[in-house]
Amino acid sequence: MVAAMTTDTQQPAARTPRTTPMAAPTVTATNATAKPTRIRLEHINAFYGQKQALFDVNLDIPDNTVTAFIGASGCGKSTLLRCLNRMNDTIPSARVEGAIRMDGTDINSPEIDPVQVRTRIGMVFQKPNPFPMSIYDNIAYGPRTHKLYGSKADLDELVEKSLRRAALWDEVKDRLNKSGLGLSGGQQQRLVIARTLAVSPAVILMDEPCSALDPIATAHIEALIDQLREHTCIVIVTHSMAQAARVSQRTAFFHMGKLIESGPTDQIFTMPKLDQTQDYITGRFG
Amino acid sequence: MKQLTAATRARYFRRQLVDRVMGGLCIAAAGVGLILLALILWMLFSNGLAGLTLDTFTKPMSQPGSGGGLANAIIGSLLQVGVGAMIGAPLGMMVGVYLSEVGKESRFASIVRFVNDILLSAPSVLIGLFVYQIAVLPFGGFSGVAGSIALALIAMPIVARTTEDILRLVPQAYRDGAIALGSRENEVVRKVVLPAAFGGILTGILLAVARIAGETAPLLFTSLGNDIWSTDMTQPMASLPMAIVRYSNTPYPEWVSLAWTGAMLITVGVLVLNIASRFSYAAVAGKQGG
Repeated sequence: MVAAMTTDTQQPAARTPRTTPMAAPTVTATNATAKPTRIRLEHINAFYGQKQALFDVNLDIPDNTVTAFIGASGCGKSTLLRCLNRMNDTIPSARVEGAIRMDGTDINSPEIDPVQVRTRIGMVFQKPNPFPMSIYDNIAYGPRTHKLYGSKADLDELVEKSLRRAALWDEVKDRLNKSGLGLSGGQQQRLVIARTLAVSPAVILMDEPCSALDPIATAHIEALIDQLREHTCIVIVTHSMAQAARVSQRTAFFHMGKLIESGPTDQIFTMPKLDQTQDYITGRFG
Repeated sequence: MKQLTAATRARYFRRQLVDRVMGGLCIAAAGVGLILLALILWMLFSNGLAGLTLDTFTKPMSQPGSGGGLANAIIGSLLQVGVGAMIGAPLGMMVGVYLSEVGKESRFASIVRFVNDILLSAPSVLIGLFVYQIAVLPFGGFSGVAGSIALALIAMPIVARTTEDILRLVPQAYRDGAIALGSRENEVVRKVVLPAAFGGILTGILLAVARIAGETAPLLFTSLGNDIWSTDMTQPMASLPMAIVRYSNTPYPEWVSLAWTGAMLITVGVLVLNIASRFSYAAVAGKQGG
């Protein structure tokens, strides 16, 4: 724990006024380090063919916390995110070294079935990707795949609960049998989040979930992320500094495949320890 | 507006001229195609409608002057094309799914794709001869089954090709979404990818059926043709294309007229299938899309 948190030595003394022109966060990180660690990354190296994408990343991701991965395009943050639910398995040339321990178990060890990992760790993508089927069937997809319900009534209830948790129920309750593709972009993204919630994941990974959305839809998703934190561990990759400041309690800054600095979000944004981080969050490069 | 320089104006007119000429050529090419198609249809209907009576559908072929129809050829075609499609379409779909979802760019998949392309352009008479070797000679005679196998071999590569092409159009995001929800590879294909591509695959199958419905050469050495009413697929079997070949090469005006009618029936059937494929595609797309 201590070794992985070497960059955290400055504890939340970060109450000083912000020096960056960021929007005020809706949630301030209050002692985020107190939450138990859900995922621990130890010496992660990732490769695509000959090219190394991640270099010796060590990081603890706490539960019931939103952790933001920030950094310029190509810095490895999405690669790391895709390591966490073994999505990189689908890319033949991808190779990951090091241990990713979720609740103590290495998700890359040979006896672990990647399908089980992905059931526990959900993922929301950059572009909303509802399946070309009804809203109901979209939500029911996961529960049906994993046989998570007894009767049809159970499934109905699960679908409603998932849509409610994703703050979409009121907008779609009268059109559950209509195609998910008929919804607006923001609704589609909430539909996809509801679809993920329907299998009750312990962790939700979000890869720039708002980059294809307008500001109002973005605000909806961000409010939702904040609610979901109560029951899940959330990791979000974002290009928007403002978004990282608004939604996350912890931030990890990546550059050229290396984890440069991580810690409580308000500390990273107000008193980063390294000049490199300071330069990035103030927009001097990247 | 700012005054254009002479050079800019010259370039502008040249571009406009090239645009008009190319546009005109495209329209002319489309026109030639359409006129030829209209002429073919006109010839077909003007000659084919004359021989079309109720007897065409109710009576089998018979001697000239005794008022036969095409009933045995129609049922023979339906049976052989139907069975051929039932064998060829699933096989082709499986090959297409393999190429798009499993093999992808692997060496074996490349070989399968290459062989499939060869099969796609193989002369159909060759396929007829091949099936003659494997399904006629060993079983001691021509049969409807052999005809169906030959037709299946023609339909399979068409369906494989269209299936692969359509599956590749399914956004990767659907697959990623399904994988991220903990689906296994076969579930991703069965529950998300294939349903998303269903309309397109169905269109491919219908087009393959339309194609084999008009094939003659593969039936020459396999089901041979039959002048009498028969639905026994282990026996030689009549078909519309074979009936056309047989009847059009005779001096009897009655038979020649029936050959035209047969050709018209195939054309109408193919046309109906094509239109149906359009509608099925639109219907499925409408159900999935917003």
